[in-house]
Amino acid sequence: MSGNQGETRLASRAVQVAFLIALLVLWYLATTRWRVSPLLLPNPLVVLRDFWSILITGEFIGDLRVTLTEFVSAFGIAASLGLLFGYLIGRSQYRIQIFEPLFAGIYSVPIILFLPLYVLLFGLGPASKIALGATIGFFPIALNTIAGFGYVDRTLVIAANSMGASDLQLFRYVLLPAALPIILTGMRMGFTVALLSIIGSETIASLAGLGHRIVYLAEGMEMAPMFAYIAFVVAIAAILNTLVSALEARGRRR
Amino acid sequence: MMLTWHTMQRPWVARAGVIVLLLCFWEAAARWWVDPMFVSPPSRVIASLPALFDTRGLPAALRVTLWELAVAFALSVAIGLAIGLAVGLQPFARKSFMPIVLLLYGTPQVTILPLFVLYFGIGPASKIVFGVSHGFFPIVMTVVAGVQNIKPILLTSAHAMGASRWQILRYVVFPHMIPSFFAGMRLAMTGVLLGVLLAELYVSTAGIGHFTTLFTQNFDPTRLLGLISVLAAMAIVLNEIVRRAELHFSRWHSE
Repeated sequence: MSGNQGETRLASRAVQVAFLIALLVLWYLATTRWRVSPLLLPNPLVVLRDFWSILITGEFIGDLRVTLTEFVSAFGIAASLGLLFGYLIGRSQYRIQIFEPLFAGIYSVPIILFLPLYVLLFGLGPASKIALGATIGFFPIALNTIAGFGYVDRTLVIAANSMGASDLQLFRYVLLPAALPIILTGMRMGFTVALLSIIGSETIASLAGLGHRIVYLAEGMEMAPMFAYIAFVVAIAAILNTLVSALEARGRRR
Repeated sequence: MMLTWHTMQRPWVARAGVIVLLLCFWEAAARWWVDPMFVSPPSRVIASLPALFDTRGLPAALRVTLWELAVAFALSVAIGLAIGLAVGLQPFARKSFMPIVLLLYGTPQVTILPLFVLYFGIGPASKIVFGVSHGFFPIVMTVVAGVQNIKPILLTSAHAMGASRWQILRYVVFPHMIPSFFAGMRLAMTGVLLGVLLAELYVSTAGIGHFTTLFTQNFDPTRLLGLISVLAAMAIVLNEIVRRAELHFSRWHSE
């Protein structure tokens, strides 16, 4: 039985690899054999060469620094405010009933709509991106922190209280361990949406950053470097997301 | 005095109070502290809503955007359902292609927004395709999850009783898929709204993106805030429709 399962897994891996290879081959043939204009689809080998030269020359560093600085500030603001509000609201059922529907309501509106307003208020520079990333990242973090602290088993709290735990002890040994897994999930969600909205807002209106670089190359019809930068940004996002997922898993285990 | 304290304790009263307080704060800030070039008080935004709709071309732009949303949502559901069934119904196909779907779902699509515009132009087509690229993944995921949860014995017994492929789909698979399918529709609506609005804000000639850019560049916060409010209201209504449908159909299922 287990041998059979191993075979199926091997077969599906083979299908996956074959699918990706077929995609690359099709891409290559489209640009060489079928003469799709390089203005629409650049040759994958040229893209690879450009990707390599971007890495070697380090020309990405300036844009990467802008994007990462914006992202770190946005996530820092979102996480600190989200945790603070989440904790303050989640500690009382009354406040949960007041604020949770309010936050959930705002969260269901596409917050990207605030971008024109933020550009008007904070200009085209990093500030408007930080404001948008912070706004978008705030809600999942706050909502999950509310859920984490709000639905701790009452018996545990009462038991700890009756055994004479101080407020600090109650927080450290009862509330925090119970709430942490949900909070970490919220932090990961906030991390992902903040990163996406930073790159997205750079695409829409900005002066620098990785999103801006892609648009700049697109407007110049420089397709090969543009594809290379897209691959670069996707790789950066994948690395960051993997890192944060690993951190989340580690935090859960403790 | 007792009575007011009791009404205060009802959460929705307090919630309304919080909203009113925030609006008052915004009103005060816009009137006295912030440059009127950047922020406009809510009273003026509401009062200028009729004038907003008189802006030349704006009602048509709203119609275009609503049309883009509707088409993108319909396409997302159709494509998502087709791919979801194709991938989900066979265990081998699911094992092989789900990781690929997850991989694609995980990549940030905003990075390729300029590509969509290059391929599909600056008209409604690029917004629709970009909206679909955000909307169909949740449908695929929930359809696959819904199909996966069907008890194999139901499929086997339907097969044994001589049901045709179509009959199995119609009487076994679809009814079991409905709750998760509607959950997927809700997520798809959120995705489609995000995708279409992102593409609109990026570049637009006929949709609302044109007007948000116009009002921003003209430092016209009154009309900008009015337009954002109208769009937010539109998003809330669309989300609410899908949510109601989900509640309705999942209740039907559990009975």
